[in-house]
Amino acid sequence: MDISILAFLAQDGLTTGAIYALVALALVLVFSVTRTILVCQGDFVTYSALTLATLQLGLMPGTLWLLLGCSLAACTLDSIAALRRGQSRRVPGLLARYLGLPTVLWVVLDTFELAGLPAVLQILLTLALVTPLGPLLYRLVYQRVAETSVLLLLIVSVAVHITLVGISLLMFGAEGVRTDALAEAVFMLGELPVGLQSLLVIASALLLIGLLYAFFGHSLYGKALRATALNRKGAQLVGIPTQLAGKAAFGLAALIGAISGVLIGPLTTLYYDSGFLISLKGFVAAIFGGLASYPIAAASAFFVGVLESFANFGASAYKEVIVFTLVIPVLLWLSLKHPHLEEQH
Amino acid sequence: MIRRLIPLFALLLLAGLAPVLLPTFHVTLLNYIGLYSLVALGLVLLTGIGGMTSFGQAAFVGIGAYASAVLTTQYGLSPWLGLLAGLAITLVVATSLGLLTLRLAGHYLPIGTLAWGLALFYLFGNLPGLGGFGGLQNLPNISLFGWQVRDPADFSLLIGLLLAISLWLLDNLLHSRQGRAIRTLKDSAGMAEAMGIDTARSRLQVFIIAALLAALSGWLYAHLQRVVNPTPFSVVMGIEYLFMIVLGGVASLWGALLGAALLTLIKQVLQDVLPQLFGHADNVEMIFFGVLVILVLQYARGGLLPLLSGLFPRAQPRPLPEHPAHALPRRTMPANGQPLMVAEGLLKQFGGLVANKDMGLTVNGAEITALIGPNGAGKSTLFNLLSGVLAPNAGQIVFLGQRIDGLSPRAIARLGVSRTFQHVRLLPDMSVLENVALGAHARGEAGLLRSMLHLEREEEAALLAEARRQIERVGLGAALHTPAGSLPLGQQRIVEIARALCSDPLLLLLDEPAAGLRHAEKQALAHLLEQLRSEGLGVLLVEHDMEFVMGLADQIVVMEFGQRLAGGTPLQIQQNPAVLAAYLGGVE
Amino acid sequence: MSRLLDVRNLTISHGKVEAVRQLNLSLEEGQIVSLIGPNGAGKTTLMAALIGLLPAQGQVSYAGQPLLAHHDVAQRIDKGMALVPESRELFGLMSVEDNLRLGAFSRHRRGFRDHQKTLDEVFGLFPRMYERRSQPACTLSGGERQMLAIGRALMAKPRLLMLDEPSLGLAPRVIGEIFTIFETLRQSGVSILLVEQNARAALKISDYGYVLEVGEIVLEGSAQALANNPQVAEIYLGRPPTRAAMEVTSATGT
Repeated sequence: MDISILAFLAQDGLTTGAIYALVALALVLVFSVTRTILVCQGDFVTYSALTLATLQLGLMPGTLWLLLGCSLAACTLDSIAALRRGQSRRVPGLLARYLGLPTVLWVVLDTFELAGLPAVLQILLTLALVTPLGPLLYRLVYQRVAETSVLLLLIVSVAVHITLVGISLLMFGAEGVRTDALAEAVFMLGELPVGLQSLLVIASALLLIGLLYAFFGHSLYGKALRATALNRKGAQLVGIPTQLAGKAAFGLAALIGAISGVLIGPLTTLYYDSGFLISLKGFVAAIFGGLASYPIAAASAFFVGVLESFANFGASAYKEVIVFTLVIPVLLWLSLKHPHLEEQH
Repeated sequence: MIRRLIPLFALLLLAGLAPVLLPTFHVTLLNYIGLYSLVALGLVLLTGIGGMTSFGQAAFVGIGAYASAVLTTQYGLSPWLGLLAGLAITLVVATSLGLLTLRLAGHYLPIGTLAWGLALFYLFGNLPGLGGFGGLQNLPNISLFGWQVRDPADFSLLIGLLLAISLWLLDNLLHSRQGRAIRTLKDSAGMAEAMGIDTARSRLQVFIIAALLAALSGWLYAHLQRVVNPTPFSVVMGIEYLFMIVLGGVASLWGALLGAALLTLIKQVLQDVLPQLFGHADNVEMIFFGVLVILVLQYARGGLLPLLSGLFPRAQPRPLPEHPAHALPRRTMPANGQPLMVAEGLLKQFGGLVANKDMGLTVNGAEITALIGPNGAGKSTLFNLLSGVLAPNAGQIVFLGQRIDGLSPRAIARLGVSRTFQHVRLLPDMSVLENVALGAHARGEAGLLRSMLHLEREEEAALLAEARRQIERVGLGAALHTPAGSLPLGQQRIVEIARALCSDPLLLLLDEPAAGLRHAEKQALAHLLEQLRSEGLGVLLVEHDMEFVMGLADQIVVMEFGQRLAGGTPLQIQQNPAVLAAYLGGVE
Repeated sequence: MSRLLDVRNLTISHGKVEAVRQLNLSLEEGQIVSLIGPNGAGKTTLMAALIGLLPAQGQVSYAGQPLLAHHDVAQRIDKGMALVPESRELFGLMSVEDNLRLGAFSRHRRGFRDHQKTLDEVFGLFPRMYERRSQPACTLSGGERQMLAIGRALMAKPRLLMLDEPSLGLAPRVIGEIFTIFETLRQSGVSILLVEQNARAALKISDYGYVLEVGEIVLEGSAQALANNPQVAEIYLGRPPTRAAMEVTSATGT
């Protein structure tokens, strides 16, 4: 293996590692606030990439119909709840809140020549289509079971993932796609070719991580999310609605997923079901940090990315085996660190 | 006993008659339901009853299938050797994976199973000698004493037989001493340890049983299909197994069968219908199952079996023998009034908070010692130090001449210290009898195999008889077979005392035993404690009902700010001005 | 004086057990009302239900408006209620200042931006919190944690402050400090519902008091009348032992 191959593999690994880092951060975020292991985080990534690809082809993405359907269902549930309490005055507000955005998006998607739109607008449309799915999922699926065990929440998450993959196949078909590159240039760093797209991915991921850090460290809403993760009852007592925190965490996760999809779309061919492996590798990284530490999760994600890249070169048939077997020693380490059985509730 | 066997015979009859009555295609479908049921049975034991879960059961199915496939096609060995090899490899793999991950809380295990489920799947596809993703072909038939298991009809019998045997073994297990221990794993592991149960060992046992059932199913699958490739052993299939038990009912063995049947049949129907709507069925059917599972978990968390169970007669508890063949051995009581437990200089800190400081007390045999003090005085912490839940930062605790500080709750329980809990910790769905029998766990020794084969009849009878004796003694004889959770809270506390007594203790630690009791019940409890005292037992109780304490205790220890404020007889304590100030307060 | 809190026939159940039965209680604006009674009487349960953490049956009205089942904790806090729970429920890994600022979350969400002033007031009330403002809450001592919990509740500028066992585990001198602060708060217009084991300290600063035993009110009256009622001491420490028990005591030779 010469230096240029080495550099290529490292670059490749860091790029996918950046995506895994974003996935891992979203997983830690959602888990610490809602105790939910968001198996479908990777599906947000594929939904976003496939939606963007559909827009670039000038077609109406199925994501719109999914968003509309979920919004209608959530709106119905909330309206029924309001009517039962005799608060019929709240219904128009609910209609506007749930159906406003999907309607606007529908009109926009129907009006414009999608393939001809500037890339920035296509990306913004993609984010607008995918991000609301997060809070909607929380409302439709998780809110009712929010107080149950981590185990049950995990089974729910797996069911959500399975459902989303099925829907993905209906919406996007079985073909693998790549989105148009945001930056095609390759420049030479000394002897080594560096892809601008890869740099863009890594830089954007790092920027996003920085923004998240600032959000959690310095804004009251970010602190409120952290507070909910630290102490749910305490958070309730300062007036942070648990449901709001749940929806916010899911919304942020979906946004991070959507951005990841936009970033990775031009580099890897994604299929309707690629999300699962992306999620799992994010998990491997998140587990390194005990599902609690953001910095360890992010750093491990880069490590997983690089390891995968080298494994792919050295023993491509065993690439997944190597990455997933890595979890076992980490679990062993965790179990030695926390040797006592916890009472589970 | 016979009534328990009726459903099993019905199952066998179905397996025998189905090939006669049904077309081959339906028999094949039933065979698949049977194969899936075997895996789902293990998962019910693991998830619904043991509180752990695995998305990787399909990988164990794969190990069972591939082991036999390799040995029979490449080495020409008998399928029975293949079965043995499959079970042996599964045993080794499951034991090592279990040792690695089972000690971890809640969510790590399922994530771990996802990871190794995937890893094994890729191994099946890539290891040399396993035929790649194309797989291995032309597996031989299983033959049993000259009977060639070849047609769906033959398999129907074999699968039916193995399924009935598995059900019988697991049902025996769940109604045994080992089974009761398994049922504590889900959310009462702390209580179980305090009853002397080795929960880590129980966890591992359950995990291995589930894996072995999966491997058995894989072996049958391989020889039924006569072709083995990685696809049916993927994580997606592992997830489907879990969906089966969620749909059917996670907490009961028959729920596994119902779930396997539901999933297989619905899938069959969908595969007929969906292609007409969407052009393809794969994955689209998974939308249906995904949504179904979400709805079941939102609205019928116990699965669908509980909705149907009204149609069937309730299983009767095993009859209790009037006079068991042998009584359980008892400990010899130390002489009256001798110090049982002596604690000195205990210090316990949580971060910056000092919960216990230079705390000490002595509990004598044949005496009732009460520990009182205002809220937050550190009584619970002291109780946890004495019972081994917490280890002190300094100081020592001696029980009958032996240092016990730092020992595990299990070890302390086995020395003859038994306790009740401030927040009642009973298994609400289990009968009072079974709950109390948990206390006697350490007095039995029947292992897993003997329990599954129901060869521990004598010991089990003795354990249950002891449990019954203690229940009758505390005055709840009428509630033997009532689910513990349906008793009023006060009586649940009494059940906890019976459970503690069942371990034949020398020292009883009672945490607020009179809370929530009505006046007459309190008198009965006081009478019981007086009787225990006269038998030589030592009792330490934390209690807030002062009338109860003052009328009953020989010695009272008062705590405030984590320290000993006063000690003495009830009269001395009531006249102590410092105690009065601690309770009613005073402002400087 | 107008009635701020009015509780009628309130019953709170844990599963099948009624922790509080048919309870009536009221509090006038600007009053300090004490709820005293031994452990297990249902005081903490009552507070949790009033703030919306537990469901309850019966009528509760606050500031003349009924509080209904669908009014969750956040809505009740928006209305000006605040609870300092027995367990404090601080954000252990966050700094003292962040804990306090989060106390103003409800007001922030409703568009108020006067937290800095409130924060200064709280620091004025608890100078020690200012000294420790950048320390994580989990490093504080018991008394400091209690101050922080009260300070955090005050950041919401409550109209009704409910305090559950504020003296729990505190040394008498600190208890005195904290109770002085309650009187200051009352003078600035905050009404206080105080749950205490430390009956004497509580009744000393209260206008009215209720004694709760096993889920029911067994005594009520002006704070002074309760403080002088010998029955209160008996409820806490029990009647003197009966003769039979005394004989047992002497028989075992202790």
